[in-house]
Amino acid sequence: MTWRYARRYAPLVTMPITVPAYGKEAAGRLASMADVTADDGALRRFLHGLPGVDAVGLEARAATLGTRSIKTTAKAYAIDLALSMIDLTTLEGADTPGKVRALCAKGIHPDPTDRGCPQVAAICVYPDMVATAKEALGGSGIHVASVATAFPAGRAALPVKLADTRDAVAAGADEIDMVIDRGAFLSGRYMDVFEEIKAVREACARPDGSAAHLKVIFETGELQTYDNVRRVSWLAMLAGADFIKTSTGKVAVNATPPVTLLMLEAVRDFHATTGVQVGVKPAGGIRTTKDALKYLVMVNETLGEPWLTADWFRFGASSLLNDLLMQRQKLSTGRYSGPDYVTVD
Amino acid sequence: MTFDYAPAPESRAVVDIAPSYGLFVDGEFVPAHDGKVFKTVSPSSEEVLSEVAQASAEDVDRAVKAARKAFEKWSALPGAERAKYLFRIARLVQERSRELAVLESLDNGKPIRESRDADLPLVAAHFFYYAGWADKLDHAGYGHNPRPLGVAGQVIPWNFPLLMLAWKIAPALATGNTVVLKPAETTPLSALFFADICRQAGLPKGVVNILTGDGSTGAALVAHPGVDKVAFTGSTEVGKAIARTVAGSDKKVTLELGGKAANIVFDDAPLDQAVEGIVNGIFFNQGQVCCAGSRLLVQESVAEELLDALKRRMRTLRVGDPLDKNTDIGAINSAEQLARITALAEAGEAEGAERWSPSCELPSAGYWFAPTLFTGVTQAHRIAREEIFGPVLSVLTFRTPAEAVEKANNTPYGLSAGIWTEKGSRMLWMANKLRAGVIWSNTFNKFDPASPFGGYQESGFGREGGRHGLEAYLAPSSPEGAR
Repeated sequence: MTWRYARRYAPLVTMPITVPAYGKEAAGRLASMADVTADDGALRRFLHGLPGVDAVGLEARAATLGTRSIKTTAKAYAIDLALSMIDLTTLEGADTPGKVRALCAKGIHPDPTDRGCPQVAAICVYPDMVATAKEALGGSGIHVASVATAFPAGRAALPVKLADTRDAVAAGADEIDMVIDRGAFLSGRYMDVFEEIKAVREACARPDGSAAHLKVIFETGELQTYDNVRRVSWLAMLAGADFIKTSTGKVAVNATPPVTLLMLEAVRDFHATTGVQVGVKPAGGIRTTKDALKYLVMVNETLGEPWLTADWFRFGASSLLNDLLMQRQKLSTGRYSGPDYVTVD
Repeated sequence: MTFDYAPAPESRAVVDIAPSYGLFVDGEFVPAHDGKVFKTVSPSSEEVLSEVAQASAEDVDRAVKAARKAFEKWSALPGAERAKYLFRIARLVQERSRELAVLESLDNGKPIRESRDADLPLVAAHFFYYAGWADKLDHAGYGHNPRPLGVAGQVIPWNFPLLMLAWKIAPALATGNTVVLKPAETTPLSALFFADICRQAGLPKGVVNILTGDGSTGAALVAHPGVDKVAFTGSTEVGKAIARTVAGSDKKVTLELGGKAANIVFDDAPLDQAVEGIVNGIFFNQGQVCCAGSRLLVQESVAEELLDALKRRMRTLRVGDPLDKNTDIGAINSAEQLARITALAEAGEAEGAERWSPSCELPSAGYWFAPTLFTGVTQAHRIAREEIFGPVLSVLTFRTPAEAVEKANNTPYGLSAGIWTEKGSRMLWMANKLRAGVIWSNTFNKFDPASPFGGYQESGFGREGGRHGLEAYLAPSSPEGAR
């Protein structure tokens, strides 16, 4: 169990000072956990030794946090924060350079009537659109995130997945959103999943020694049980994920508040054990300001202040942005505008 | 910049509290016979909310007579007709739930989140549930055509004023009894608003009578010879006095009294949810709950880990204005109760237990007590034996399941218990061994009108809720025509 591990590793970790998952020191912290990832058996015993999750209790907690009432100044703060955390996404077969450039323009200036409006965190595209997005975003500071590893199914041979990743990084991707092999996870081949994440992480390296940040997508809608979600969260963090992400947005069930809360708890426990800070990204199905605020409340009351930045929490979304903008306009003008007062992507 | 939640107060304007209220007798609001009144205050601010009548023995007599008179017609109504009134009341409660939730939070001090999301939905659910029984009493397991008892004298506590009223009145009316109910001295208002709902529902006069007053009113009601049934929820001390009063009479009695519930956490428990369950078990309604999980029994092998997590969680509890929608913990109901909690917490410290509270700023006016944790508690400590009835958790440890059972049962009470484990066989084994009327597993403080509630030993006798709750208001079945 997590705290027991914290205690057991106390001499190694000695007062875990927080280090970012993407930083150089993180590797040393993960090495201190090397015995649990030494072989298939050890990894399995560790993951199955994590405390179980009571579904009713988890869902009740998420629902209670959902009743927090965020008004006035708190609402204004939260809306701008949510805006700045968006990975504005287009992942369609019909994507074209024109569509991607339009999305980038929107990401830079979400509200054309208010240049004070914060820009989004990243533009999320398929690997072949990375170069286009990179160029369109110029020096805006907005990251380009690229899905990779045979997104969304992840059903391809490892060399193909790694090539997919390297391509995206070479084209300039700042962040890679990989999908795990759910088939391997569900059939209990945890070490395969672990090794694959590690390999993709290595493929994120750039020639200059830096690396694209790695987000690991679980597709929690396919993993189904909360116990699985807790296990896969630890597995990915042990393998070196910089972010853990719920969903591709391509299956029936995407991000939900209970699943996200559980992942936040896993990140909290991993941090308490190793001192390594990992980010969380719920994706898919978050469309309204009301929903986004519920997620921010969960972050606030589970992980707190250090995670309330785009460096450590993201929304994978597209239509959420316009709802945030309409609510933002309402706060400043006192009236609701309408869909014609925000831009179509 | 930090994510500070701006104040989000529920509007007080949705409830219109009159400057004074009379007694509700025979369908009318009337002043007390001797004109006496007392004030009810909001415990979060000490603001006077209203002035209510202090019922005397004469008023009790008047109310019991009104109920007796109404009993004849009410009990003769077909069950389906009585059900119509109860369904109507349930719907009116739902329609007026926002108003009643604000009122309850004002008069009791509980957070609006709880009165809105727990108390009021349960009140309505209780009336809906017993409305459904009214025309099916033949099938309740108490023989053919079971008969009502007559006039029920009901005395309820201040911790869940309207919910306890519902627990008492709904089964009584469904079975054809009429009632005289006395709400607690510090929380009379929601019962008086309920009287208005009875009028709105067109309930026949005298079927429900509400008498406000202090302990002397309750004593007079319980002792009145015209009362056929006494139902009381409150302290064990008063419960014992009531049992003495009615001894030797033919009054039927149910008592729902105190508790000192063990919340037992095994090392294989779902820990994050166990922490939530512990918090909900002891801090729900400021711990002023008879079935509160006030003794945490945690397996020693997981104690440190669990307590770290519990303290971390307690630091996020928001204590303050009950009407703020983001408040988790509201005010203690009265100065008297606050003094009792304070004294017992001091006794815990004096006896050597280690006291801990998260840093939290308490309002200057009103009655407040920070959520408190005592570690290093043993069975010999007063805070492990006596009911504190406040936001104070005593933590004890155990080594084996048998030891957990032994410690959990080592109490004069026996109202509720909690078991946290992912292992189904152990959960069932424990549930069979624990001497408690209600046992929750991997949850706590979950209520449902279909589930019977009540205790063992000094926690009282009789069951409320569910089919079992009907028994308290029905005469033993008799052959057709025998009565």
